[in-house]
Amino acid sequence: MQILSDTSNFFFEKLILGDNPPLWQTIVFDLVVIAAGFAALVSVIAMFCIWWERKVAGHMQSRIGPNRVGPIGILQSLADGLKLLLKEDLMPRDADWFLFRLAPYLAFAPAFAAFLALPFAPNLVFEPRLNVGVFWVLAILSVEVMGVILAGWASNNKWSVYGGMREACQMVSYEIPLGISIIVGVMAAGTLNMVELGHLQSGGLHTWLIYKNPFVFLAFIVYFIASLASNKRAPFDLPESESELVAGFHTEYSGLRFSFFFFAEYGAMFVVGGIQAALFLGAWNDPFGLIGFYFHKFSHDGNTIGLIILNLIGLSIFIGKAMTIIFVQMWLRWTLPRPRIDQVLYACVKVLLPAACAILLGAAIWQLLVPDRPGYPWVDYNPFSAHDWIYSPAGNGTLGLITQIVLMLIGVGVSTAVVMWVLYAAASGRNLKQRLTDPAPIERAPAV
Amino acid sequence: MTTANILAIADQQQAVAAVLFYIFAGISAISALGVVISRNIVRTAVFLLFTLVGVAGLYFLLNAEFLAAVQLVVYAGGTLILIIFGVMLTSKSPFSRFEPKAVEVVIAISVASVIFFALVLAITRTKFAVNPTDFTAYPIDKLGQTLLGDFLVPFEIVSVLLLVVMIGAAYLAKGRRREAD
Repeated sequence: MQILSDTSNFFFEKLILGDNPPLWQTIVFDLVVIAAGFAALVSVIAMFCIWWERKVAGHMQSRIGPNRVGPIGILQSLADGLKLLLKEDLMPRDADWFLFRLAPYLAFAPAFAAFLALPFAPNLVFEPRLNVGVFWVLAILSVEVMGVILAGWASNNKWSVYGGMREACQMVSYEIPLGISIIVGVMAAGTLNMVELGHLQSGGLHTWLIYKNPFVFLAFIVYFIASLASNKRAPFDLPESESELVAGFHTEYSGLRFSFFFFAEYGAMFVVGGIQAALFLGAWNDPFGLIGFYFHKFSHDGNTIGLIILNLIGLSIFIGKAMTIIFVQMWLRWTLPRPRIDQVLYACVKVLLPAACAILLGAAIWQLLVPDRPGYPWVDYNPFSAHDWIYSPAGNGTLGLITQIVLMLIGVGVSTAVVMWVLYAAASGRNLKQRLTDPAPIERAPAV
Repeated sequence: MTTANILAIADQQQAVAAVLFYIFAGISAISALGVVISRNIVRTAVFLLFTLVGVAGLYFLLNAEFLAAVQLVVYAGGTLILIIFGVMLTSKSPFSRFEPKAVEVVIAISVASVIFFALVLAITRTKFAVNPTDFTAYPIDKLGQTLLGDFLVPFEIVSVLLLVVMIGAAYLAKGRRREAD
């Protein structure tokens, strides 16, 4: 049985347990990592994102957002969690008690399980030998929908059933462009293993898969839109559209069960952003290819402390990339209005799906016309040498290198412009808020 | 690290694999019973979900990772959601129940027991290979090459069949709507 036997690339496990530990030690180590590492990570990420979302929403609406609990309100989620824990546990009398209780766990468990394949750093992957990594995450996220649909159904409430049905048809249709855009990325990489994906992109900014060819660049955009819909994030948050369906599928939920849905949603947001970071945006790699270079150097030299530091840097880069994508998701949520359900399905079946198919076809043709070496390892690649930077990343074929560099310039240019715009908006928004909160107009207002 | 140690670890792995096998098989079997016994259609679908997840676990145990993920995405993520969707769209009362007649129950039990005994006989009489194919030497790109190389014709026939089914379903749905108009 392979899953238990081969521990050749478990750096941290070897560091703690030594070579060839007894099997029970490995199992205990894995359980501790799951319980202490992943459970804590998912909870902290979810709580941070909930606080952040409220803060972003506040700033976008010229409010301040939570600011009472802890410095800049950062402990707000903790206080909310405590409140939800102590709330009365309500269940409608006519609800299906079994499914009503099961649904929150069915929504939360897949989001948690998907974390097991995410490549946080070269050695910080729970199961690095999972050869179907990307596919596994996609599969497990499709199970998450079951929880939402069941919650809507079991509540025995019109609003909840509508929410569940919307989630079902939305998820089933948007899963197809999501899967196709992932296939485009996987075709460019030549592997489904998430660790290999990370090592593939360790040759600097222009080797990130999004710049591999124009079709991957477009697939990145399709993936982002489809992932918003499959995560029921605005503008596709029809399953819980509060203005028409009260709160959609979680109308009848209160207390801890309600918070499970929130944890599932923010966990899934991170997972989706994590796939995007791993598949398109270079996983744990920095833009200059330094992490890949030093990783191979330190692994070769057996430099343990260097590897630990490198893994921690990689971890923070990966989480930073995923968080940036989450920020864009929040930004869209508080900017765009919500379409009707028929418009949502129209956008999927008649716009996004043909676009994804065309991109898939184009990527396949590109693969034939512009050959390169998929799975090129960057072992000998030195980011400090100009020669390596120009020649080795292209694999073979100048056209590939030119495409990569042109796309990279476009990508860097667009993202720089967007960041400048955000900074400008944040700065001018601060002025606006100062004007709005100025008490003078109220004092001058005539008494009624 | 002596040979005896390696053998001991291999034995332990066998034991852990056996424990995991019984856990997954138990999940599948118990929830399969739930599928049969439960009278609520949506609960039946949920039990079916756990059966499928248990089978996916067994596939993982056999190192057939791709098959396990396909099992999850096609059956648990796709088919089951469509089943529940169909129930939601068609059922008149919120919790519609199965009320099978006594004759139906007797027929079902007799057919199921005949199949069960046939399967038990077949399994006990078959001589299984002691060392099955090593799936670790069978990576996913090889799987794709086999599907689109050696088995290209069956693969294409199956895809044409699925396409026909899809066109047929679309035609039926359209025809019914025209009648309603």
